[in-house]
Amino acid sequence: MTTATITARGLVKRYGQVEALRGLDLEVPQGTVLALLGPNGAGKTTAVRILTTLLRPDGGSASVAGADVLHAPEEVRRRIGLSGQSAAVDENLTGAENLEMIGRLYGFRRRRAVDRARELLAGFDLADAGDRPAKTYSGGMHRRLDLACALVAEPPVVVLDEPTTGLDPRSRLQMWEVIQGLVRAGTTLLLTTQYLEEADRLADDIVVIDHGRAIAQGTADQLKAQVGGERIELVIADAADRPAARAALAAVAAGDEVHHGSTERSLSVAVREGARSLRVVLDRLEADGVAVLDVGLRRPTLDDVFLTLTGRTAEEEAEPAGGTASRDGRGRHAQERDAVPARPDVTPEVTR
Amino acid sequence: MSTLTRTVADTQVVAKRNLIKIVRVPEILVAVLISPIMFVLLFAYVFGGAIDPGEGVSYREFLIPGIFAQTVVFGATFTGAGIAEDMQKGIIDRFRSLPMSQSAVLAGRTLSDVVYNVLSLAIMALTGLVVGWRVRGSLLDAAAAFALLLVFAYAVSWIMALVGVLVPSVEVINNASFIVIMPLTFVSNAFVPLESFPSALRVFVEWNPVSTLTQACRELFGNTNPAAAASDAWSMQNPALYTLICVALILVVFAPLAIARYRQTSR
Ligand SMILES: Nc1ncnc2c1ncn2[C@@H]1O[C@H](COP(=O)(O)OP(=O)(O)OP(=O)(O)O)[C@@H](O)[C@H]1O
Ligand SMILES: [Mg+2]
Repeated sequence: MTTATITARGLVKRYGQVEALRGLDLEVPQGTVLALLGPNGAGKTTAVRILTTLLRPDGGSASVAGADVLHAPEEVRRRIGLSGQSAAVDENLTGAENLEMIGRLYGFRRRRAVDRARELLAGFDLADAGDRPAKTYSGGMHRRLDLACALVAEPPVVVLDEPTTGLDPRSRLQMWEVIQGLVRAGTTLLLTTQYLEEADRLADDIVVIDHGRAIAQGTADQLKAQVGGERIELVIADAADRPAARAALAAVAAGDEVHHGSTERSLSVAVREGARSLRVVLDRLEADGVAVLDVGLRRPTLDDVFLTLTGRTAEEEAEPAGGTASRDGRGRHAQERDAVPARPDVTPEVTR
Repeated sequence: MSTLTRTVADTQVVAKRNLIKIVRVPEILVAVLISPIMFVLLFAYVFGGAIDPGEGVSYREFLIPGIFAQTVVFGATFTGAGIAEDMQKGIIDRFRSLPMSQSAVLAGRTLSDVVYNVLSLAIMALTGLVVGWRVRGSLLDAAAAFALLLVFAYAVSWIMALVGVLVPSVEVINNASFIVIMPLTFVSNAFVPLESFPSALRVFVEWNPVSTLTQACRELFGNTNPAAAASDAWSMQNPALYTLICVALILVVFAPLAIARYRQTSR
């Protein structure tokens, strides 16, 4: 039997009218990785701040590595490492000085703090920049330094709030590798993200949250199965061919649903066999003489999870939550989601 | 480690972090040190002749201890601004998520600001000596005067620490502190002899710790005006003792308040 290293029960947090968390339960067994997946304003940061003793919940309870977040915050702090959504490093200190300071604040002797700092700088590809003030670091370097700061005392539990948001693809890969190294070393990890792909890559278990509540939980595969895996999206030249097109898609459907697109001529369906299914569909359309305008295979995104789970897209969802517009990084997130390859607009309406 | 040794150790670490900033951003230091020089020169040369403190003592001699007192009190604004600035930054979340002594975040700031005050006192003393200020008492007494200035400044920096936690905006702090510090320093005997205040204000002036601090320094430096009428208020009769009592009171009230408030914010 494993001991649950992070447990949260019925977490509630209100900011005036806004209910940031509305009874969130979480369970991260020892040595596993849980991803908290949700759009802007879902409550991810709020949950992270409560679990790391930075914020007091209005209701519910939580414990980390056996220590109660409300009653033994000091104990919790001894056992966690946190890398928050915005980097928490001192810009005027060098990378090495930041890490040494944190080591000293953990009660390390000077020698040990210095050695640990060097070790982490080397491990995070920051050795060359270690003696430069952090304000000269790039976004990716900041992120890595921040994560290194979280790991100074080799905590058994690590919490990462959107560790790769704002990073370019190369830095993101680098960050993923670092995180996977942590996981191999047996660290219990809670991370938040807006990207299913990231959760997929890093997490054993995923909790999808929306409006402060878990709306789905499972492994990446289970969630994808719920969403329907990859989708074929098809635009036909002539609306009259629609029944034939639908039949062709239904033949390879993973579930039993063919979605209507925003126009008479667009359709989409979740498929199980990806490229193979695509070929089957194309062959059949050709045989039936259906003229195809556009066709593509697309992997499920957070949007699809949302579409399936809530009948709305994540973007539609994020906006009315309100109040977050001025919070940092928000514009950036939105931009990044827009960078996901465009697809024909699929309405949630379902045909059988 | 006991809580106290832990707090002391963490306070030093935080203070060191604040001091590194002086090295990395020397412009701050220049700004902090130029204003005391300006004050000394302005008062010495612009107002020097306009205000007559009485027979037997030059206005400059009378003035310099007042400028010392005023500058270290104003220096506390720096503490408030530093804390306010930290409160807006991610580094505070880092500190809060560490198993460190949380009071060390504020204690480290008030400690590192003592260094600023030491530097500004040194530079003001030098400027003063250049324009004709002299230490007429013993060196030991002069050292005691500087110590009293530093201790008082330390206490005031805890008041501003509380303000810094309450009002986490540097601009607001800079303005708000003027509202408090201007009356304290100007309605005191720092620049104007006690006799020239209307009697309604005189009680305030006599019991204003900035006055007693200034008075104590004048006595310890030997810059008093023998011709001026001595005040018979107890505070002015025992200025050093009264100032130290104020220091103790301020620390006992404001340090716990600031720390408690710091622990509560954003929790
Ligand atoms: N200090 C605050 N004051 C008022 N409202 C807040 C505060 N912090 C968060 N909220 C609100 O709580 C809700 C959840 O915010 P939270 O930061 O937890 O979301 P998130 O999932 O981390 O979003 P993002 O992806 O943008 O980081 C939002 O509606 C937000 O506006
Ligand atoms: Mg967030």
